[in-house]
Amino acid sequence: MARMKFLCDAERCIECNACVTACKNEHEVPWGINRRRVVTLNDGRPGERSISMACMHCTDAPCAAVCPVDCFYQTADGVVLHSKDLCIGCGYCFYACPFGAPQYPQATNFGSRGKMDKCTFCAAGPEQDNTPEEYQKYGSNRLAEGKLPLCAEMCSTRALMAGDGDELADIYKERVVRRGYGSGAWGWSTAYRDRQGDSFRPGSPSIEQQT
Amino acid sequence: MTWLKKVLLPALLGLVLHAGAHGAQAQLYQVPGQAPAASKDEVQIYMDRESELRGIVSIPDRKLSVLVQPEGREWREWRTSTLRIVAAVLILGMIAAVLIFYLFKGTIRIEAGRSGRMIPRFNGLERFAHWSTATSFLVLAISGLVVTFGRPLLIPLMGHDAFTATAIVTTWLHNFFSVPFVVGLLLMIVLWIRDNIPEKSDIAWIKAGGGFLGKGPGGHPEAGRFNAGQKGVFWMVVLGGLAMAITGYLMMLPFYVTDISGQQIVHVIHGLGAAVMIAGIVAHIYIGTLGMEGAFDAMGRGEVDENWAVEHHSGWYQTMRKRLGLRTPPRRHEIGEIDHHPAGAD
Repeated sequence: MARMKFLCDAERCIECNACVTACKNEHEVPWGINRRRVVTLNDGRPGERSISMACMHCTDAPCAAVCPVDCFYQTADGVVLHSKDLCIGCGYCFYACPFGAPQYPQATNFGSRGKMDKCTFCAAGPEQDNTPEEYQKYGSNRLAEGKLPLCAEMCSTRALMAGDGDELADIYKERVVRRGYGSGAWGWSTAYRDRQGDSFRPGSPSIEQQT
Repeated sequence: MTWLKKVLLPALLGLVLHAGAHGAQAQLYQVPGQAPAASKDEVQIYMDRESELRGIVSIPDRKLSVLVQPEGREWREWRTSTLRIVAAVLILGMIAAVLIFYLFKGTIRIEAGRSGRMIPRFNGLERFAHWSTATSFLVLAISGLVVTFGRPLLIPLMGHDAFTATAIVTTWLHNFFSVPFVVGLLLMIVLWIRDNIPEKSDIAWIKAGGGFLGKGPGGHPEAGRFNAGQKGVFWMVVLGGLAMAITGYLMMLPFYVTDISGQQIVHVIHGLGAAVMIAGIVAHIYIGTLGMEGAFDAMGRGEVDENWAVEHHSGWYQTMRKRLGLRTPPRRHEIGEIDHHPAGAD
């Protein structure tokens, strides 16, 4: 079984923001919600890098650990998803997430938040696959159609890759050897290295207990 | 001028070339720069543990310019483990302490018995301030505990769907009851702050162990309108309550004032302060009800038995005696018809 991951090759990313636009368009993400974004480090200085960042679908997901209503689950492919029927919009997952992935629509004028929204690896949510209800809550489910996330699929420089983690690492290592520089996949040590864990779902022994 | 051309120009040129070479080097050996890998096995896919990385984003949401925030790891530890342990130890520990105290010492009685003559202690506005704060505090504490402990304690009992419904209701209650809480809090500050300034006699009161712990044959230590223990409760509620209100509103309006690490610190202060306050209020409720005879009358009816006033607040009782124009000494062990003042002044 594949273990789905994202890998952004910062040596290739040209900050075109096509991944961001593709994501917004594919899932009809409302204004103010940014499932994916491009962050530029050292802008205008030597060593400038741009990295396309979204939910990394961590092995031991901090969002799932801190969620007070236990609404997260991980698919057999390692994709971290959540149920908007259970989410209460408390915002804890944003405090815990190392990558700033969880997003919240503004529910009222007093700043209260609606249910959390984040990158689904184009795998939508717990609803029946490819139904209007699923699309309305979580966006399209490309994985169920046998397709990979659109952001990576349409990246013009192949900087952003999505797919099985071992294959991505293999491609990336070959690139590094050929071009002779650049190493370390952004976010990987934070998302995938520290702990190993089985996939989880609401009601399963909590992640804290697994480790 | 020729010397200038001969000396300065090459020097400048060299400087520019030097800097240029550095720049080229920096671009050739990219950051994070290591010696080029000779084979795929040498390529590091996992970098060292990442520190906070902040860049720029072209979208208007500035908080998303943080690429990696490793503090989330500490906050997670706090939220999933430390907070629950600290809150459970403080609150359960206080409940246990109160229970043990009750089993060993029982209710503190009015030594001289009820006189039946009542002295006004808290007027309507004061009681409104107290009960507004008190009821809101109970709702805030229970709803806060539901969100903090619901996942391990309530979800196994009621299931995920029912708990989500409960949690939504409790978060709304938590948000809305903050308003009467703050109103009551501000009123209490205005009404009582001058009676709660620490003074010399408080030290003697603490040394004697107060009217609760150290009640020996010597009787109660002297106290004014509020004794040192009550002053402690007042300042805990005022300072703690204000801290809770400020941090609470910062969390209701997230990222308006602080950034991600600020929000995490705000949450830690809110959780820690709430645990301390709940534990303190458990003791306060015990003393005000079951723990001490005659104490509840003060906030319940607004007036206290004369003998209770003599024993617990002798200083305050003397001023009240003058103000009410009481001439007879308090009656001892006479529980007859309740004699209200000033209507029944003799």
